Amino acid sequence: MSEGRTLHVHILRFDPHLKDDKPRIETFELREAPGMTLYIALNDIRKYLDNSLKFDFVCRAGICGSCAMLINGRPGLACRTLTSKLDAHISLAPLPVFELIGDLSVHTGNWMRGMSERLETWIHTQKAPDIDRMEERMEPELAEAIYELDRCIECGCCIAGCGTIQMRESFVGAVGLNKIARYRLDPRDERSDAQLYQLIGDEDGVFGCMSLLGCADVCPKELPLQSQIAYLRRKMVQIGK
Amino acid sequence: MDRRERIGKTPARLDFLQSFTGIALALFISFHLLFESSILISKEAMYTLTQFFEGYYFFGQKYPLIISALAAFILLLIVVHASVALRKFPASYRQYRAFKTHMTRMNHHDTSLWAIQVSTGFAMFFLASIHLYTMITLPDQIGPYASSERIALDMMWPMYLLLLFAVVVHAGIGVYRLILKWGFFEPKNPKALHTRRALLRSIMYFVITFYLVLGVASLGRYMVIGYSGEFAPGERYHPQGAAQ
Repeated sequence: MSEGRTLHVHILRFDPHLKDDKPRIETFELREAPGMTLYIALNDIRKYLDNSLKFDFVCRAGICGSCAMLINGRPGLACRTLTSKLDAHISLAPLPVFELIGDLSVHTGNWMRGMSERLETWIHTQKAPDIDRMEERMEPELAEAIYELDRCIECGCCIAGCGTIQMRESFVGAVGLNKIARYRLDPRDERSDAQLYQLIGDEDGVFGCMSLLGCADVCPKELPLQSQIAYLRRKMVQIGK
Repeated sequence: MDRRERIGKTPARLDFLQSFTGIALALFISFHLLFESSILISKEAMYTLTQFFEGYYFFGQKYPLIISALAAFILLLIVVHASVALRKFPASYRQYRAFKTHMTRMNHHDTSLWAIQVSTGFAMFFLASIHLYTMITLPDQIGPYASSERIALDMMWPMYLLLLFAVVVHAGIGVYRLILKWGFFEPKNPKALHTRRALLRSIMYFVITFYLVLGVASLGRYMVIGYSGEFAPGERYHPQGAAQ
């Protein structure tokens, strides 16, 4: 068993808001506990070793998506990563692409908001909502299919794991394309494929994806990003006929 | 919706064109390498195939211009494929660096495969051009002796060896990525996507290895014939007992 190991956690630290702060790697040593997650390890570091360490968390259970970071170079959620699955030397860095708040904390929220506004990720309908009536019925299979894609927690792992977006920052990424796939399924959204094409029918959208599939391999919710992007590509390429 | 410029049909068409020309070229090269390996069976087999492609069995006479036309058409396909694929190349040092850093950091199989595809594609701008120019201008110089002379004595083999590796690796990775990109052979259950991808990747490595072995063996055979001294420079092969 790996219990009782000494973990060496190498953290890339930098706070752009502090004057004269410089990026550096700091190493923290701590005793591994049974069932320890990286989130617990980070809390131990902050509690016992350095209370200035910045990292985000809310739910501790892989639901809020706040604690996404680069774990040994790959994006993942700290709260869902058991230290026992890792080597005794662990490198942590903030997610790239997003605005750095400090140390491991990044501002995924403003990026996600920009993406949502750009792709208009909400129900578009001509009908005036009548809140006194029951909603229209939906087949359970369809509701489940929509829910499957709606499980996205906007943690930003797919964006940090995307090779395309490293080169071309205006690419919407898997999170954006998955949202379009989700609203395309929803019968309450009246947008046609031709209208969706206006949102994702170029190289900032689905045709920019180079199928490197980093997104699909790092998604903590294991969303079927590979097949959703392929499906959208097939639908969108038909608009070019 | 009208905050941005309207998106026309072109991006969709370019994306389709890249995959379409890619698969056409991959099909071509897979048959090309098979035909060309006929030298491993016998000189006569290769000679017969050459005559076939020059139209001898259709017209009773050889028309090497058919080869020129085919080579020109392939060159055209490559030009189209390269110009649409160029959209994906890193366009600046900054982009190149960003991708390289990401690739090293991620250590992710499919991300790294793309880098190989870009480099082999880039190499073929030059390598494929040399080969195709020869085929367009000297279409009658294909045959058990003529090809051996070009490959061995005219020192074309280092170029062919590089081209062989570039084209086989590029086409193999390309077809694999194309299958993923458009969602062919996807399992019904999304949970099986990862294992299906691993299977496709194994098939890809198998096919690449097969064609590399086949290609190197054929190239070796042409070199053996070329250096054997069994024909004089400029001499053409004729099967024994055949009319001159």
